[in-house]
This record gives sequence, structure tokens and C-alpha cells, in this order.
Amino acid sequence: MISVLVPFLLFSICGYALYSGIDVFPVFLQGAKKGLDAAIQILPTLVGLLTAVYMMRASGVIDFVGEILSPMMSILGIPKECTVLALLKPISGGGGLAVGSEIIKAYGPDSYCGRVAAVMLGASETSLYTISIYCGYLGIKNTRYAVPVAIAGDIVAFVTSAFFVKIF
Amino acid sequence: MLSKVWVSFLGISFIFGVLTNRMDVVSAAYIDGANAAIELIVSIVGLMCLWSGIMEIAYQSGLSSYIARGMRPILRLLFGKASKDTQAMELVSANITANMLGVSNAATPIGLQAVSRLYQIAGRKGTPDSVLTLIVLNTASIQIIPTTVAAIRASYGAAEPFDIMPAVWGASLCSVITVLFLARMIRNRFPDSSV
Repeated sequence: MISVLVPFLLFSICGYALYSGIDVFPVFLQGAKKGLDAAIQILPTLVGLLTAVYMMRASGVIDFVGEILSPMMSILGIPKECTVLALLKPISGGGGLAVGSEIIKAYGPDSYCGRVAAVMLGASETSLYTISIYCGYLGIKNTRYAVPVAIAGDIVAFVTSAFFVKIF
Repeated sequence: MLSKVWVSFLGISFIFGVLTNRMDVVSAAYIDGANAAIELIVSIVGLMCLWSGIMEIAYQSGLSSYIARGMRPILRLLFGKASKDTQAMELVSANITANMLGVSNAATPIGLQAVSRLYQIAGRKGTPDSVLTLIVLNTASIQIIPTTVAAIRASYGAAEPFDIMPAVWGASLCSVITVLFLARMIRNRFPDSSV
């Protein structure tokens, strides 16, 4: 099903754009260049954070934190391997990517926790960072309910990630 | 904030490494970590470019105006009085569309313009609910095609990199509904003191 969907999507988006009179290829190049820029931009962040994540994993602290928080995580249904991902993603997108890709690599992309990590990454945003960017831009000091609401949204995203991986 | 987190990561791994007597592994790990970052980027950059290009096409093809039209009743519900301002609502729906398509380098600048306009309508004082509504919406993920994650899965040999999509949709939807409902429900408990 999905194997049909993706090529269909590629064709239909480009076909529709061509039909509506867009010079498709230059626009594609423009977007692809932005993708390249994004990859280059995130690289230094990833070097810094993956180094830290690898060192933490080697020191055993990631497993230790996973063990400590595992009763809470198991109540929420989140695999304990994904604990650090859940803690880091709301603060840093690069950090989430670093920890998430590490889980996917270590346990395999088609394993249960590899899939949960992927869905957690895909279904959440860097929420605290987002609030600080927007409120900083407007010069707003009192963020009222933004932080609790955003955290609740992240918790729901993580819990339902595990749930939906199980049922699909 | 990230600085503190990063330094504590390094410190924690040092202290924990000493305590568990695993310093040899820890000091080998930093090399692997730095290399892993390059390997990861190299293995996903092709797909990132491809999808970023495709999404740019979707974004410029007028697909966004369809989405904007479909969103109008929802925006009225979410933004109340502010939804009467055409300019604000155009910016808001452009921000939402860019987020849905995952054109994140377009989404943030437009989002900032949108909150700026919403803030202006509300009289540039306090922390208006219309501004917060758009901010909390941006803290949840509404991306339709999780391209970066699919690229990572593909690079580690997933059978079907995109087969996580239904689960991503389900979880995203639950999280978006949560932030919007919760923001509505608790807004009176967090009065706008400066107004």
C-alpha cells in the first residue's frame, strides 16, 4: 500500500504543479538546495550531540536512567530505550534526531523500539524551543499556559506513538 | 539551555564512566559519536534534498490555497475575533500549510509574522490567547509526510521506510487535539496579568 503511495505522491504533486503552469524543475532545485542547507546546518549540532550521546551510552548512564524511569515509562507504555529521547526532544530537535537515530541504528529500524523512536520523532516538535523563539520574538515574558500545554502535547504524542506502533 | 544540557551530558558521562570503571569505552565512544554524525547526514542528505524539493513544488503549486480554504472554518473556531482579520488569517494558514508540508525553513519566518500580526490586533499588550493558540499549535507536529525520519529509517535498511506514517498521523493528531483543547480549557486559570 505504502509502496504505491510514495511514487504516486511524487508523480501527482509534480504533475499537478506542471499542470498549473509551474516550471517544476527549477522549483525542485530551489527546494532541494534548502534541504541540503538544512542538512549542513544541522551537522555541527549532530556532531556535538551524538558525541555526547555516544559517551553517555558507553558510560552506562543512558541504561541507568532508562532503568530508573522505566516504571513510569511502562505505565505510559513507552519502551525504556526511548526514555532519553522523550526527555531531550522537547528541548532540542538536533538532540532528538541524535538520540532517535541512535536507537533506530542500535535496535534496527523495524524493531519495536526502533519504530516507536521513529514515530516519536515524526509526531512531535521541539516544543520548548519553539515557545522560546516565538515569545522571544514578540518580547513576551509571561508565557501563561504555553509550557504546560506544550509538554502535555508532547507526552500525549509519545504515549500515543507507542500505542499506534502496537496497533498498526 | 542547550549549553547546560550538553555540558551536563559530557560531565555525567565522565563521572559515570569513572564510577562504573568504563573510561576506556567512554573515551573510545567520542570518536564513534563524531563519526556517526557525519555518517548519518551523508546517508540521509539525498532523501532530505529530494523531499525538500518535492515539498517546495507542492508549496508553490497552489496546493496551499486549497488547504487555506479548507481551514477557514477551523480558524474561525480557534482564533475567534482575530479570524476576521484577513491578513492575520492568511499568515496563519500559510504557517500551518508550511508545517503540514514540512517546509520548516518557511514555516518559522511566516509563523513569526503571523504572531506579530495577531499581537498587533490584540493591541500589543499582555499575552493574548490568539498568539498563544498559534504558538501551541506550532509546538505540536502536523507534518503530513515525516520525510527526515523516513530517510533515517531508509538509511538503516528499513523494509518500508514510510510504513510508520499511519502511526505518525495518529500520534500527531492526538497531540494536536490535546494542545488545542487543553489551551482552551485552562486559559482562564492562567489570567493575562499584564492587561
